[in-house]
Amino acid sequence: MTSFVNLGRETGRSTWAVSGHALGFAALLIVAIVAPVFVYPVFLMKVMCFALFACAFNLLLGYGGLLSFGHAAYFGSASYVAAHAAKVWGLTPEISIGLGVLTAIGLGAVVGSISIRRQGIYFAMVTLAFAQMVFFFALQAPFTGGEDGIQAVPRGELFGIFSLASDRALYPFVLAITFGGLLLIYRIVNSPFGEVLKAIRENEARAVSLGYHVNRYKLVTFVLSAGLAGLAGSTKALVFQLATLTDVHWSMSGEVVLMTLIGGMGTIFGPVVGAALIVTMQNYLAVLGGWVTVIQGVIFVVCVLLFRKGIVGVLTGNIRSPRVKSRRKSQK
Amino acid sequence: MFDFLGIPPQALFGQLLLGLINGSFYATLSLGLAIIFGLLNIINFAHGAQYMLGAFIAWFMLTYLGLDYFWALIVAPIVVGISGIVIERLLVSRLYHLDHLYGLLLTFGIALILQGTLRNVYGISGLPYAIPQPLSGGTNLGFMFLPNYRAWVVVLSLVVCVSTWLVIEKTKLGAYLRAATENPALVGAFGINVPLLITLTYGVGVGLAGFAGVLAAPVYSVSPNMGADLIIVVFAVVVIGGMGSILGAIVTGYGLGLVEGLTRVVYPEASSVIIFVIMAVVLLIKPNGLFGRAA
Repeated sequence: MTSFVNLGRETGRSTWAVSGHALGFAALLIVAIVAPVFVYPVFLMKVMCFALFACAFNLLLGYGGLLSFGHAAYFGSASYVAAHAAKVWGLTPEISIGLGVLTAIGLGAVVGSISIRRQGIYFAMVTLAFAQMVFFFALQAPFTGGEDGIQAVPRGELFGIFSLASDRALYPFVLAITFGGLLLIYRIVNSPFGEVLKAIRENEARAVSLGYHVNRYKLVTFVLSAGLAGLAGSTKALVFQLATLTDVHWSMSGEVVLMTLIGGMGTIFGPVVGAALIVTMQNYLAVLGGWVTVIQGVIFVVCVLLFRKGIVGVLTGNIRSPRVKSRRKSQK
Repeated sequence: MFDFLGIPPQALFGQLLLGLINGSFYATLSLGLAIIFGLLNIINFAHGAQYMLGAFIAWFMLTYLGLDYFWALIVAPIVVGISGIVIERLLVSRLYHLDHLYGLLLTFGIALILQGTLRNVYGISGLPYAIPQPLSGGTNLGFMFLPNYRAWVVVLSLVVCVSTWLVIEKTKLGAYLRAATENPALVGAFGINVPLLITLTYGVGVGLAGFAGVLAAPVYSVSPNMGADLIIVVFAVVVIGGMGSILGAIVTGYGLGLVEGLTRVVYPEASSVIIFVIMAVVLLIKPNGLFGRAA
């Protein structure tokens, strides 16, 4: 199988890849530290939250080969829970975020264990349907504030001591969370667990025959991905002091797919680049109003037809062939 | 008259009829999805947008050309079908050698473009489309009042669904179609133009969506978002029914519409999620769907 050749190639150049990734993380950190001097910090924090969200999504799609079309459910539900915990229960930010993450993990465990019973396109449809269920729940539940959402969420004091009210204080906190999340994903991908996961992505039948409990790997990945998406969502709720229906809507699920696709799925930094690009586009093209949706649609079409490796995938050239399967084989 | 769990029969039958109407749209749309999936192996995410396009074409025809509903019923599905053929030839056909998920992403992009464009031009509030004159009014059945147009929707969609099924199961063209679904290479070797068959199938499947859109125009108002939420429910319907069987798609569509209507009577809060709950249960018990074949 070509896929296994690819894996061999990847391990063969692992030392280069590792030092390249270390450089990438260092560069990213420097940019993130310097950028607030030039750019509005809230905008940067938004980019970071979505970068983490997209990386969490990429863990599932790029490395697990599972296209979830309902990741807004974990992002959004965590956002609601964190906002509720901070505002109504008056909890500190770290506990609020923790509760948001736990919610996403719990939801991910339930949805994941049912969704992985189907594969491919069905998996995408099932996750989308469950996310829609979460959306309707958020629409009707008494504590989510319906169309208004939860507004004016206090940023609170970290550990009850350090006030995060100012953007300057919140920025390092969000930076630490995002970087912690990214490093965790990097560690997962490059662990023995991650190697098995990639093997399952490339050839599931073979992984099964080698004795791996494929579904267990998929479920763990799903839950990790959901939890990290929840981390991004909870943090976003504190940054914007807001949790709304937008966070759980299917268009949010579509956006995170787009970020990952345009940046390069299956790459470590691709989703970060994609998130930065899409958030910037939404910010600066906001004057165009609803046409942003059309532009996103066009980007989708162009990416799928001509640019499947994504920006980082093209730049590094170090990417597996994007899951090319012969039509006949898949019809067996 | 009798009461059902203390619910007046008027309300019960009214909701069941509404359920049947929704079921008609579920059935017609999931039928189109199933046909397209069978041959193209992609899930057409743009199906909801094409349904919406059908409704908009009906509205355009009435507003700008003065052509009434019955013209729209014929013309709109053809126009939507032709636009589908163009999309298939220009875009979708380039992805057949890739993983099916790319087809899903591509059609999602197309849906965003269609919905976004119409939303920018016509807003989200929805445009009214009057029930055509010959079908207005209603009939008193004794136990309930039956609006004529709703009866028309149920009957007409049933006719279209059943005739589509008959074409696929009983005609020569349908036999080619089924054969190409099983093994396109072998059918091609027999001298049948499979790429043409694929293109036409996409056109017909999408045309069915356009047809459903015209039917829906007088029931719901014509709005750019009308297909977006519907298509997600239809995906759930498709997962429940399994896409292996055309008849299965039809039966599941109507059945779930009725179940949804019944839920609206018994426990209204759950009506928007009942289909998703059923989907979860079906996945736990029978992962391939009620009518699905083993993968």
